[in-house]
Amino acid sequence: MAEPLRIAGGQGFYGDATGPLADVLDESPDVVVLEALAELTLAILAKDRARDETLGWTRDLPLYLMALVPAMLERGTTVITNAGGINPVAAANMVVKAAGAMGVTGLRIATVVGDDVRGRPDLLPDEFPSADDLLFANAYLGARPIVEALEANANLVITGRVADAALFLAPLVHHHGWAWDDWERLAAGTVVGHLLECSGQATGGNHAGQWWEVPQPWRFGFPIADVAADGTAVIGKPSAAGGRVDFDTVRQQLLYEVHDPSAYVTPDVVVDMTTVQLEDLGDDRVRVSGATGRPAPAGYKLVAAEGGGYAADLSAAFGWPDAEAKARAAADLARKRIAEAGLELDGWHVELFGVNALHGPAVPPLPDGQPSEVVLRMAWSTTDKDRCGQVARHIVPLGLSGPPPAFTPASRARPRPSQLLQLHTGVVDRRPVDAAVAVSVVQL
Amino acid sequence: MTQQLPLGELAFTRAGDKGDTSDVTVFAPDRAVYDIVVEQVTPERVAACYGELVQGSVHRYEVPNVLAVKFVLERALGGGGPSSLRADNLGKAMGGPILRLSITVPDEVAAQASGRPRPPRDPYAEAAWVVERAGSAHNGR
Repeated sequence: MAEPLRIAGGQGFYGDATGPLADVLDESPDVVVLEALAELTLAILAKDRARDETLGWTRDLPLYLMALVPAMLERGTTVITNAGGINPVAAANMVVKAAGAMGVTGLRIATVVGDDVRGRPDLLPDEFPSADDLLFANAYLGARPIVEALEANANLVITGRVADAALFLAPLVHHHGWAWDDWERLAAGTVVGHLLECSGQATGGNHAGQWWEVPQPWRFGFPIADVAADGTAVIGKPSAAGGRVDFDTVRQQLLYEVHDPSAYVTPDVVVDMTTVQLEDLGDDRVRVSGATGRPAPAGYKLVAAEGGGYAADLSAAFGWPDAEAKARAAADLARKRIAEAGLELDGWHVELFGVNALHGPAVPPLPDGQPSEVVLRMAWSTTDKDRCGQVARHIVPLGLSGPPPAFTPASRARPRPSQLLQLHTGVVDRRPVDAAVAVSVVQL
Repeated sequence: MTQQLPLGELAFTRAGDKGDTSDVTVFAPDRAVYDIVVEQVTPERVAACYGELVQGSVHRYEVPNVLAVKFVLERALGGGGPSSLRADNLGKAMGGPILRLSITVPDEVAAQASGRPRPPRDPYAEAAWVVERAGSAHNGR
């Protein structure tokens, strides 16, 4: 039976920190996984690719690899990432070019493609918009093509839209030789992946308990798991780093965004988290065991997006006394001015920070009805990008012609329209997708 | 004897999103509080506390193995992260309203809750690692 595999979560989103990798590497992980894609990220990357066909991957990938390549070459660390985004081939080309320019040898780079189905309109569900209107359409692939890449001795695997947890399950299946119908092991590996995929969120980040007592919050430790052949895992963090691993931090991440905890659907297995046991071992270690699973559904999850107009926002601060009244008055005057200018809006949304912006009707009134200050945020959407930008022009004059003491911008930034997206989620048949999934390997 | 407390005195929440669905989990410190949450924090009460913030239905899932109760709120993010005009378009702060719900608890549970620590007003004021805060006379202090 193989030794436990040590896996680290090295990235939790496009834009995460790279500094924590130094502490992670001091713990000699066998595998570091860089999880770079949220639901929205592919839309950002699709826009990049539309401008430049060599883009479409998360552009912090080179920063992560700069930190990881020495360990890959000297210690045999394997790196797996979905940073390929909408264009994994271009990401691999970038790595090959950069490594070549630096004279790096010893990288064996595998690229996984086949998740991008935008160019295959026959695969899109009937209720989806036509492929021409979509910015992207990607199936969530599972662990299998990554295992294929590892079997080909890749030490860097670059994928597109692979399900987050599958990035972690794959090296476990490869290392421990788990079978594709061993539902308990596949569930156990998926739980480990789910716990590690959000980096610092498993080690005390966003900890809603006594967050102010989390040690060394300026030097957050990213999570590390030692996963045994039977699927039992111990979650920990680099000993020199800050953060915290205990029952509370791990259970918060266990249930994060899973909806029905008895049926967490992934491309490889449907996981039942209600059987998971968490045992706090002390010293920032939590043992995870007991996950159960059953076969994954017949189709892959499919996520696509189309443009949904443009939005911008503008915020202004109002001070005591009567700050709320001034803010509400300013919002109504702004809306009136926009209407009089003949600018048609699709959406108009007003929030009063300091009153109830985040929690709406759940917020009880203040005892004397007098907040010290209120920040008014006005957000609007339009079909047309130019019109979206013109709206602000009709709000700003309230600075000298609105409620006292004057319209104090809460930000120095000028309103800048950004594109809204309409997400479409569906299911796509596996067979035609799998038929186009391909793994290619380049040796440097 | 019993007392009324906001749920936030007893438990904490973490929230996430998928599309226009908000996913909020309540975490209890022990089995006694977990049982109270299961009994009193019904989907109907949760739906009512969000009012117009949540346009769709509310589903509840019990997860006793980690002393948690999850609420999945549909049509809850103003159209979903990429199309919502809300500042909190991903609903990271959506755990708050549930914590304001009033809960009836036995005195001994309330006594435990009253000992629950609160963050200091300025948590890192005395921390050795804090970088110099000078620069303006006021500076948020």
